[in-house]
Amino acid sequence: MLTTLLIVVPLVAAIVVWILPLSNESTAGLALLAALAEVGLWVGGARNFDFSSQEQQYSATREWFSDLGISYSVGLYGFQYWLVGLTIVVGAAAIGYGMWAGRERPRAYFGLMLFLVGSLVGLFSSQDLLLFYVFFEAMLIPLYLLVGVWGGPQRVKATITFVLYTMFGSLLMLASVIAFGISQGTFELAEIGTSSNDWIFLGFLVAFFVKSPILPFHGWLRITYTEAPPEVTAILSGVVPKAAVFGFLWIVLPHFPGPVADFRALVLVLAAATLVYGSLLAFRQPDIRGVIAYSSMAQMGLIMFGIFAVNDLGLDGAVLHSVNHGLVSAGFFLVAGMIESRAGTGELARLGGMAKGRPALATVVMILGIFTLAVPGSTNFAGEFAVLAGVFQRGWGYAAVGAAAIVLAAMYALRLISAILHGRRASGSEDTSADLVGGELALVLPLVAILAMLSAWPALVTERSFPLDQPTSFISGQEQAP
Amino acid sequence: MIDTPHVDWLALSPTIALLGASAIALLGAVLVPRPAVRAFSAAITAIGFVVSAVFAGVVFDRSPDPTVLLSETMTRDQLGALAAIILALIGLVVVLVSWSDGRRDHVGEYYALLSASAAGMVFIVSASSLLTMFLALEWFSIALYILCALDTHRRESLEAGLKYLIIGSFGSGILLFGCALVYGSTGELGFSAIREATGADDPLFVTGMAMILSGLAFKVSAAPFHMWTPDVYQGAPTPVTAFMAGATKVAALVVTLRILVTAFPEQAEIWSVAVAVLAVASLVIGNLAAIAQRDVKRMLAYSSVSHAGFLLIAIAANSDDGATSLLYYLIPYVAATVGAFAVVAARERELGKPVSLSNLAGLGWERPFLGVGMWVFMLSLAGFPLTGGFLGKLFVFSAIYEAGWWWLVVIGVLATALSLAYYLNIVRALYMRPGEVAPGPVVAAGGSPPRDVLLDTAVAAGIVVTIGSFFFVQPLVDLARDAAASLPL
Repeated sequence: MLTTLLIVVPLVAAIVVWILPLSNESTAGLALLAALAEVGLWVGGARNFDFSSQEQQYSATREWFSDLGISYSVGLYGFQYWLVGLTIVVGAAAIGYGMWAGRERPRAYFGLMLFLVGSLVGLFSSQDLLLFYVFFEAMLIPLYLLVGVWGGPQRVKATITFVLYTMFGSLLMLASVIAFGISQGTFELAEIGTSSNDWIFLGFLVAFFVKSPILPFHGWLRITYTEAPPEVTAILSGVVPKAAVFGFLWIVLPHFPGPVADFRALVLVLAAATLVYGSLLAFRQPDIRGVIAYSSMAQMGLIMFGIFAVNDLGLDGAVLHSVNHGLVSAGFFLVAGMIESRAGTGELARLGGMAKGRPALATVVMILGIFTLAVPGSTNFAGEFAVLAGVFQRGWGYAAVGAAAIVLAAMYALRLISAILHGRRASGSEDTSADLVGGELALVLPLVAILAMLSAWPALVTERSFPLDQPTSFISGQEQAP
Repeated sequence: MIDTPHVDWLALSPTIALLGASAIALLGAVLVPRPAVRAFSAAITAIGFVVSAVFAGVVFDRSPDPTVLLSETMTRDQLGALAAIILALIGLVVVLVSWSDGRRDHVGEYYALLSASAAGMVFIVSASSLLTMFLALEWFSIALYILCALDTHRRESLEAGLKYLIIGSFGSGILLFGCALVYGSTGELGFSAIREATGADDPLFVTGMAMILSGLAFKVSAAPFHMWTPDVYQGAPTPVTAFMAGATKVAALVVTLRILVTAFPEQAEIWSVAVAVLAVASLVIGNLAAIAQRDVKRMLAYSSVSHAGFLLIAIAANSDDGATSLLYYLIPYVAATVGAFAVVAARERELGKPVSLSNLAGLGWERPFLGVGMWVFMLSLAGFPLTGGFLGKLFVFSAIYEAGWWWLVVIGVLATALSLAYYLNIVRALYMRPGEVAPGPVVAAGGSPPRDVLLDTAVAAGIVVTIGSFFFVQPLVDLARDAAASLPL
């Protein structure tokens, strides 16, 4: 019931916002209220959530298209609950940012944002393969318009690139979904059984690789992350790639054990390449968003290590790091937006020296930077460590690449911090631009606070992602279902 | 007393209601005072469509088992009845769209022809002999030829009428030749009689079958028999185009399905390959050509060619699921297509000139309701979730996959990917004006025409059906399955 509520609240709020002819302020207020109600529902639900249970929690099932064995079936396991929470928190921050930035045509804008949040929550809680696909596609509809209407100067090119890449992937997945579901006679994930068909597996793999993105499917990343409005990019980089994480954890690993083993080496090599390539590119980017965009891509490569290690440490680490990365990159993109709106530019060459007279901004950027470079003691370190320890069991070479990438991460993170905060003042960072104000801090600080809490207690996520804390047996236990 | 055969008036009632409406509207054109002709004939036609839909509903309810009537000239069954309901509802929506089209002359004739051609379509979906099939096909086609050319002051309209007449007659000729060959080799006219009399290896018979399929493919506008479609769709008055794109497709596809599975089940191996080839050709040509179009009506014309491809895939499956998925697919397809043409008609009246991608720009902000409508229709035609178009494609693909033709699924998916290029082009035109940095305040491109409530109703109906068929898919599929059960599959 709660799951359905979590999906429906933003969708209904979206429709209300579209239809009611409210003033701009009340539209934004209503949207933010709906987003905060979501957070409240989620926190309230967490108190009664039994993380050790092997049963789905808050599940709901309804007949929908029984001729093909498709039903509306949602429910949550621990790791899904974290991903849903990530969506809701980042979504609320993004909607708050939109309110602060005062977007044009607020009714359309906030309606689409809420619609996006609703479809992402639906995606992370679906227990039916086709329902998953429906949400996977549905989230493209708002993204397409959000980037294309409210984006930067090159927004139209960005939307086309983004949609072409993602639709290429998702239509391959559609072919796989049909072939898999029809041949099994049901789309219900709990009943669907396993398959050893390489082609079906590859359809899913490519779709999720595009979404992540993993080399060589990353062509859409740079322009989309740069042209989209900052808060949309926050969702795009923080939450949307987690659709791929969820898809791997809950569709690919349990239902394609044979192909996973066969293609493991290939996937791990691609993940390693993504990690190194993304980190190197991040080091070379001339603007803030470029750095974060490629760093985000590199982190997805790392998460892919954890998933395809397919062992307890790797899976736990992948979930934790998904949450970390989502919060860090969403927070960083929001801050990037705040800096851009002050300096009028995101180019590092025209920034610099912003620390002086702006203690709040400097602190926030510093903290987010430190999380990005995974300083020991931070939750990112915990996530990366678990992932690398997991992948070490599949081959020390992968772990070595991963460890090297952490050094690269330190390089680009420190370069970013010093380029924004330190050095000589450039044209973009005159004295006139103020420090972060209360409203802005209210958006970013909750994200930082959650990261700090997770740093103190990463086991909150790692021990509560999979029932009885047995990721591998739980995931592979799905195979034996009838 | 001369012995007369028993006539099942109920089975004929949907057709008779429309013919009656047509006759009254035509009389009204002469007898009713000139200023009232529009209101009179539109109202009579609308009533005719409603009555026809109701009667078709009664037929659907009372015909759980198919009955062959009048020495197999027609069949009373749920397939025909369901198709008749869909056709009558399309007609009703088209009347709503036509109301404020600014037509000054031939108003009475317009509505009379509209219901006459709908009557022919309602009849053809129940026809079950070569003769009645051909008769009904010509019946609705001739009415459409005139409708296309009815805007006598526009060259394009006259051109469309003439092209449709010439190419359509050519198609009819092929169909008639095919009928003659089949009759010649079997000596039968009724579909099921042909099945029983069939000599499978008879080359005349197979040639006849191929020619019948080609003749019907003209009406379905499947490639390579689609050449008339873009010009005619572009030139014809927009409400007529909406009617053709929706209703002709339904009628032609249902009769194609019926004749293939009833009369030629023995030759299924041959015709299912042929239909698959037509489908692939339509998908490839329709989608590639649509990408290059700038005129929205022309683009939608090619889109209808590509949808003919998807629908033919369902026929090629030659299975119960295939027939069911065809009937289900038609519902959101028709809603989205007729709705899209309604939006185009509104824009056309606003601007007073043909609608192209560039002058569609900004419609989404200027007319939010029409914009959302167009957006929904494009997403449905492109097969996005939350619209019936997605489930329709899914259902068709799963039917053909179960029939063992997995490569058609791959082609269909690739075609869907291609189709996104032009459907999203329209969404982009609606909301993203090129060269405008910030989305500032808007001025409607055509001033502020009065709200057209009837047209808005038509668009709203389209939206409701397009989205409703996604959420309430199972009841509709149940209906479609009942209807498909009247076929010998």
